[in-house]
Amino acid sequence: MDWANQGTAMANLIINGKTFTLDVEPDTPLLWAIRENAGLTGTKYGCGIAQCGACTVHIEGVATRSCGVSVSEAEGKKITTIEGLSSGDTLHKVQEAWIAQDVPQCGYCQSGMIMAVAALLSEKPKPTDADIDEAITNICRCGTFQQVREAIHTIASA
Amino acid sequence: MNKHVSPKMNRRAFVIGSATLGAGLAIGLDIPFGGPAVVRAADGSPEIGAWVVVRPDDTVVIRIARSEMGQGSLTGLAQLVAEELECDWTKVTTEYPTPGQSVARKRVWGDFSTGGSRGIRSSQDYVRKGGATARVMLIQAAADAWKVPASECAAENSVITHKPSGRTTTYGKVAEAAAKLTPPAEVKLKDPKDWKLIGKGVKRLDTVDKTTGAMIYGADVKLPNMLNAAIKDCPVFGGKLKSYDEAKIAGMKGVKKVVKVGDTAVAVVADTWWHAKTALEALPIVWDEGDNAKVSSESIAKWLAEGLNNDQPAYVGNKNGDAKAAIASAAKKIEAVYSYPYQNHATMEPMNATALYTADKCEVWCGTQNGEAAFAAVLEASGLPADKCDVHKVMLGGGFGRRGQTDYVRQAVMIAKQMPGTPIKLLWSREEDMAHGRYHPITQCKMTGAFDANNNLVALHYRLSGQSILFSLRPEALQNGMDPAAFQGVAQSGEAAFGYSVPNLLVEHAMRNPHVPPGFWRGVNVNHNAIYMECFMDELAQAAGQDPLEFRRKLMGNHPKHLAVLNAVAEKIGWDKPAPQGVYRGIAQVMGYGSYVAGAAEISVTDGNKIKVHRIVASTDPGYVVNPAQVERQIAGSFVYGLSALFYGGCTVKDGKIEQTNFDTYNSMRISEMPKVESVMVPSGGFWGGVGEPTIGVAAPAVLNAYFAATGKRIRSVPLRDQNITFA
Repeated sequence: MDWANQGTAMANLIINGKTFTLDVEPDTPLLWAIRENAGLTGTKYGCGIAQCGACTVHIEGVATRSCGVSVSEAEGKKITTIEGLSSGDTLHKVQEAWIAQDVPQCGYCQSGMIMAVAALLSEKPKPTDADIDEAITNICRCGTFQQVREAIHTIASA
Repeated sequence: MNKHVSPKMNRRAFVIGSATLGAGLAIGLDIPFGGPAVVRAADGSPEIGAWVVVRPDDTVVIRIARSEMGQGSLTGLAQLVAEELECDWTKVTTEYPTPGQSVARKRVWGDFSTGGSRGIRSSQDYVRKGGATARVMLIQAAADAWKVPASECAAENSVITHKPSGRTTTYGKVAEAAAKLTPPAEVKLKDPKDWKLIGKGVKRLDTVDKTTGAMIYGADVKLPNMLNAAIKDCPVFGGKLKSYDEAKIAGMKGVKKVVKVGDTAVAVVADTWWHAKTALEALPIVWDEGDNAKVSSESIAKWLAEGLNNDQPAYVGNKNGDAKAAIASAAKKIEAVYSYPYQNHATMEPMNATALYTADKCEVWCGTQNGEAAFAAVLEASGLPADKCDVHKVMLGGGFGRRGQTDYVRQAVMIAKQMPGTPIKLLWSREEDMAHGRYHPITQCKMTGAFDANNNLVALHYRLSGQSILFSLRPEALQNGMDPAAFQGVAQSGEAAFGYSVPNLLVEHAMRNPHVPPGFWRGVNVNHNAIYMECFMDELAQAAGQDPLEFRRKLMGNHPKHLAVLNAVAEKIGWDKPAPQGVYRGIAQVMGYGSYVAGAAEISVTDGNKIKVHRIVASTDPGYVVNPAQVERQIAGSFVYGLSALFYGGCTVKDGKIEQTNFDTYNSMRISEMPKVESVMVPSGGFWGGVGEPTIGVAAPAVLNAYFAATGKRIRSVPLRDQNITFA
């Protein structure tokens, strides 16, 4: 393979309302463009095969596993990461509930968990347990599921 | 808001980010006339003893030597210090001393190791004394200023009051004077009945940054001019790297260097990790796999099964009476063989470390469960002396025992050493993490129980065959070749003692060590020992025609603490009342890590192979509960980890390699599969047990025993997916 002719690839990604012009190949997974090129490390790498959900971001408001989306697919779309979930200094209600309920243990999966829950609540403000079971499929090895469920219900009943 | 961060950060902390990094302690020493030296934190605030720094604004910085990996010990340890210090909890923050600083100060912070559920129980005494010492010094300083006896002064909430006059001052105001005092030789700790903060479920100190993406884990570390490395180690354990064809990836974007890492691995260093990983995937590598390539799960199982034969040598771990003779002459006997597989820790954050090596210094930034072990690895891999090395601990994206090992730290240093002056962040892919774990050891167990004519259990022979963790990782801890830890949960005495009295008992271990490297996996040997013993206890109860709970109770008269937790779950789940229609119950108990635990499950089964877990009740007696909210989370988390392993886990070996490569083949429970865990804490006081691990022991047997109640079928091997059993 002729690696020498790769050249410089530029991509425009709209992340958290800001346009990043990044030197990144179009087939790079969005996760790595976010973490390494845009420098936003709140979005985590867990598996790289869209199984664990640690890399969940919003693309046009839809919870999406960013390891399974290429930069070229994400270009021009509105991407929100955990760093962009709050409005300025005001935390998102999911973040507030997470703090009030002391949800995280190690916390590594929680960026993705919070993004998945925020997307669920914007679609279904009062989700049932069945809705939660269907929408929240993130892996948490520490086992915070009980607190996750309770925090979602707390938000829904507010 | 309390955060695990120092407001004034030195250059390095600033580079790293906002969270968790020890901002460099002890930058200066005052040498006053005639008094002891004052040690100062990075921001100039004085230490009041090694555990406490008090800032002029009354902020109290508590030093934490153990590692936070989600288990909440950072908060619990701070509670222990603050309880004795009598400080304002809302102004408490924490920081990690580095292992290098600890060594330079004669290990003033004690053991850094965070495993074996020891974080709280092994440090509680000296950290409380650290808090009490600081309180005494602060009160003395105020008394000196007021020229009154210290005995007339008291402290509460960081305020010191001279009781006769009502004068007050604060910790921040007297800290400078207190730091110059000679610490008291002895301090008296509070009576547990006077505790105000210990026992309270106060909020964790490290939550906020975990909800905003600001928390820095090892994988997030950034240093100026840093490069990224991806690594492949020989997939057959014990094999070697033969060759690789660097020319094939020459010119690939971002690639800076291809390096050999020891005799067994190769790494690609690039500008980004994605470039490094992509190039590594394209790199042709030839391995010298060696003889271990002939090993498979089948060959291991066959070898372990041979160890179950009584004619094979075995170490005796627990014994009374003559079990073999009693079994030979018994009215009735039953026998069963169980097995438990390898398990990967599968921390959410794959292994990683960042190393910066120069000719006269080597520093590493990483998540580690044992800062001192990581430090030793840096010394060894760099070849530099202790005063030229250090380890900066960051938050762990899960540990579960895996990050007590230092293989990834050593690798990072070995790579950085080949690129002096350039910081190298080594990150394992999930596939590398699955292929190079330190796996839960593999074992089989043959149990034989014998009854007299009245269905009393008269003998039990527990014969374990399989791998020893200590043989591989801590051979110096073996006792004449025997691994005493192999008997966790079935030991005669100590922190993992057997909870039943059987007139004739023989517990033994035929040690067989396959080439797959074992490690300390949450719960360690309690996992399989509790499954074997508690499932077989159910089989014995069935053979005796008795209720599983009643059968156990009769054997537990001499073990009141084991019995108390068992009774607590039985009561909470309503064992004496019928379960709802179609719902079946199982129960289990074990002792581990100094704590007594029990669990009960209610499940239903459809089509014989789809399990719905409706309820889990768990009880624990850890002696003292420092933070009930965190203990509750450790109990629930133990079930998630233990049931994930039961249903979805299991690492298999083919051609000497681990077959599972990612979460698609080594799955983990999701929220839909996990019911609420109803925890019952029954701390009986007078001892300190651990909480991170013991409960995992009862998770699987409670469900397996309920599965028998539902179906009449005994499951004697893990994982359930091998038997086409899954969650409904």
